[in-house]
Amino acid sequence: MPDRTSPSPTSTRVPVPGAPAPATPAPDRAAGALRLERVTARYGERTALESVDLDVPAGQIVSLLGPSGSGKTTLLRIVAGLERPAAGRLTFDGRDLAAVPVHERGFGLMFQDYALFPHRDVAGNVAFGLRMAGWDAARVRARVADVLALVGLPGAEARAVARLSGGEQQRVALARALAPSPRLLMLDEPMGSLDRSLRDRLPDELRRIFEQLELTVLYVTHDQDEALRVAQRTIVLRDGRVEADAAPESLWARPPTRFTAEFLGFRNVITGVVEGGVARTAWGSLPVAASMAPGPATLVVRPDALRLTADGVIAGVVISRRFRGDHVLLTVDVSPPGAPPLEVEARGAALPDPGEAVRVAVDPDGVVRLPG
Amino acid sequence: MDAARPALSRRAALLLALPPGVFLAVFFAWPVASIVARGLFPAGGFDAGAVLAVWTRPATLDVILFTVALALGATALTLIVGLPAAWVFARFRFPGKSVARALVTVPFVLPTIVVGSAFLALLGPRSPVNALLVAVGGPDAPQVRLDGSTTAIVLASIFYNIAVVIRLVGGLWAHLDPRAEEAARMLGASPWRAFRETTWPLLRPAVLSATSIVLLFTLTSFGVVLLLGAPGQATLEVEIYRQTAVLLDLGAAAALSVLQLVGVFVLLLAHARAQERLAVEQRLRPTADVERTPTTRREKAAVGAILGGLAVLLGLPLLVLVERSFAGSRGYSFAAYQALVEQPRRAGLFVPPAEAIGNSLAFAFATLLIAGSLGLCAALVVGYRRGWLPQTFDALVMLPLGTSAVTVGFGFLIALDSPPLDLRTSVLIIPLAHSLVALPFVVRAVAPVIRSIDPRLREAAAVLGAPPRRSWREIDGPIVARAALVGAMFAFAVSLGEFGATLFIARPDRPTLPIAIYRLLGLPGATNFAQAMALSTVLLILTAVAVLFIERLRGVGPSPF
Repeated sequence: MPDRTSPSPTSTRVPVPGAPAPATPAPDRAAGALRLERVTARYGERTALESVDLDVPAGQIVSLLGPSGSGKTTLLRIVAGLERPAAGRLTFDGRDLAAVPVHERGFGLMFQDYALFPHRDVAGNVAFGLRMAGWDAARVRARVADVLALVGLPGAEARAVARLSGGEQQRVALARALAPSPRLLMLDEPMGSLDRSLRDRLPDELRRIFEQLELTVLYVTHDQDEALRVAQRTIVLRDGRVEADAAPESLWARPPTRFTAEFLGFRNVITGVVEGGVARTAWGSLPVAASMAPGPATLVVRPDALRLTADGVIAGVVISRRFRGDHVLLTVDVSPPGAPPLEVEARGAALPDPGEAVRVAVDPDGVVRLPG
Repeated sequence: MDAARPALSRRAALLLALPPGVFLAVFFAWPVASIVARGLFPAGGFDAGAVLAVWTRPATLDVILFTVALALGATALTLIVGLPAAWVFARFRFPGKSVARALVTVPFVLPTIVVGSAFLALLGPRSPVNALLVAVGGPDAPQVRLDGSTTAIVLASIFYNIAVVIRLVGGLWAHLDPRAEEAARMLGASPWRAFRETTWPLLRPAVLSATSIVLLFTLTSFGVVLLLGAPGQATLEVEIYRQTAVLLDLGAAAALSVLQLVGVFVLLLAHARAQERLAVEQRLRPTADVERTPTTRREKAAVGAILGGLAVLLGLPLLVLVERSFAGSRGYSFAAYQALVEQPRRAGLFVPPAEAIGNSLAFAFATLLIAGSLGLCAALVVGYRRGWLPQTFDALVMLPLGTSAVTVGFGFLIALDSPPLDLRTSVLIIPLAHSLVALPFVVRAVAPVIRSIDPRLREAAAVLGAPPRRSWREIDGPIVARAALVGAMFAFAVSLGEFGATLFIARPDRPTLPIAIYRLLGLPGATNFAQAMALSTVLLILTAVAVLFIERLRGVGPSPF
């Protein structure tokens, strides 16, 4: 582990785009690689994590996605050292973490709801980790100013944390976690209480900061949009187990399980029989990729694969129409009784009203066969 | 599997519990046991029949009935008057609010003797009303007198205890998110229903706390009843005093003390258990988000009426007290104050009354040191540890508060009179007795603050690289230190006002302020009465200064007193 108390003066600087060049060197602490082997966690009878294996190379940004109670926060707390696993091993850069107490791990954790120190001002919060590392006052001041500029709150040092807005608190919490240059940064639902416009903007901003600082990041969220936008790799957790583990693009293109597909918001799931580039389903015969393995299968039709056209293969009647901002969500009742309704994201003018008959075309690239 | 261990290890807790434990054993358990033993085993043998005879005496039953009825009635009335006031202080912004909040607290810390004198001045034979009646109608004019009545005792009890309700309940109320109530309103609940369903359940622990503390104070009230009660009316506490000091029947006094001890301990234990069960973890909001200015006409009227009523109830007795200290036979003057420094010529007083001021301040300072440090130790144990052991410890520490001060005082004289602990002539005996009474206040000021510290803050500090000790020093340290200072100031104020135990152990040539006032009130004549009022005014000012100091120190957040 690099020496926390005496950062080398020749270390890299924190780059701050659009802000004055930082006056102080950041502490020299390269990001590291995290490995979890068969980590299990229990709360009494309930198993929060079941034999989880996870390998995070240095500098990778990983999002942990899952519904509440899936074990995301437990995983963070175990990595942070705030809780002990019931079984399994954790290593960081090859070193076993079992005997390393929380305060010696050198990780950063941004708490859900932030847990800012109410009796300290913004600077007091951000400077905390630096003081623990034994920095002298002048360097602490300079570093605090740099980090606050980095998170977009330049000059906020003397403000009381109770007087900050939600978005500002979030930035202070991030600055506090970033200031000591953690070797691993963990964020627990960091957008939890933010308004929509911030939630739209911040994931990209966060990813920019993570990449700039070349941090290893574990990002916990239950919001699929955030999880896919912020990370280079997304892990879906379900009931304490890893359900899916892939790059966001591939997760989106080919959700590996039904749970993942539904959690990502793919509503059109149907069973059928695949043969020679066609799948026979209750919705009719859908075109699929020629390479798709034949036989009975569960298929996911991604929303971007459906289009309203006069010569579509699926015929049905619109039963509801809901405005969704950039598109209109149509629920289409497909004629054979027992067939699940189809949900189509329609764009453009002159969209059909409920009661109108429509035809829907299917792009074979957007039909994904779920394994099993 | 939680690696975030309690901030205090079992071993450290035991070590910390040791000093207050030893203190309580030597200066509480031992004296009380001595006096109880002397009473129950008069000739070396236990006489159960005699004890039972005392308990079942019609006079005893009368005393118990009166004590319980008075306590229940006074507590209920205090809640009825206090809860609306707590609501106003919690939910509304009004000019002078912080000053008003400090002023409301003053009566609680006032010595019972001052409260007694204030109500004597307001309702007694020398009240301004009666002075006016005499001036108009001559010496034979009809008099209005409420002293020597249950009404006076109840009024004084409300005056004395209302701060407990306002601070304890209002303190929490001011931090409860009003949006919960708004959400209930949106779901179709009437205002009253919304309060009952959302705010009330969260408030209940505080109300229960306030109720049990007020009940405890009214059950054991001594000075107020002694001064304002009718001769035939005695609470258990007064009866114990009468049996020991007047009738010299130690057996009866001991039997009554045992009864009181058991009752109070059961009450305290129930309170501690209920607290743990009822505690709801909740996010407290800064008061600035909660309070608002009254808007509708009805709201303004309600707030105005409640504050006005409060001003009359709390302000009038004190104003009359001060007024009476200046009132002489030939108009207003400083005569009573000048007389305080003169060498008394009459019997009953051995030193100039003003000397009592110096004595009281010295004793109070010693109490601040003793009770402050012991109380901090106990509060750390009670605040950080969970389970039945710390719970019982908590109840034990609170016990002296509910024990007859008379029993404690008399026990001191009996138990601490032989080597190695011959303290009867030592100046330390008074601060030691006062520390016993002050200890619960220190614990109550500090322990809840410790419990309210969000454990995630400690976790955050640990993640940022703070080792356990350092994280305690950085996160808990400043918060605990502030609370401890508040607790120590309470100890100071309690010592200034302690009356019951001091009455027994104070040496005639070293009276404290309350003792000097009591002696002056016992002497005939308008001059002595005015001097008593003047000395009470001095005590009032000293306590008010201590309270204002506490107010300045106190941070945000709910606090029991």
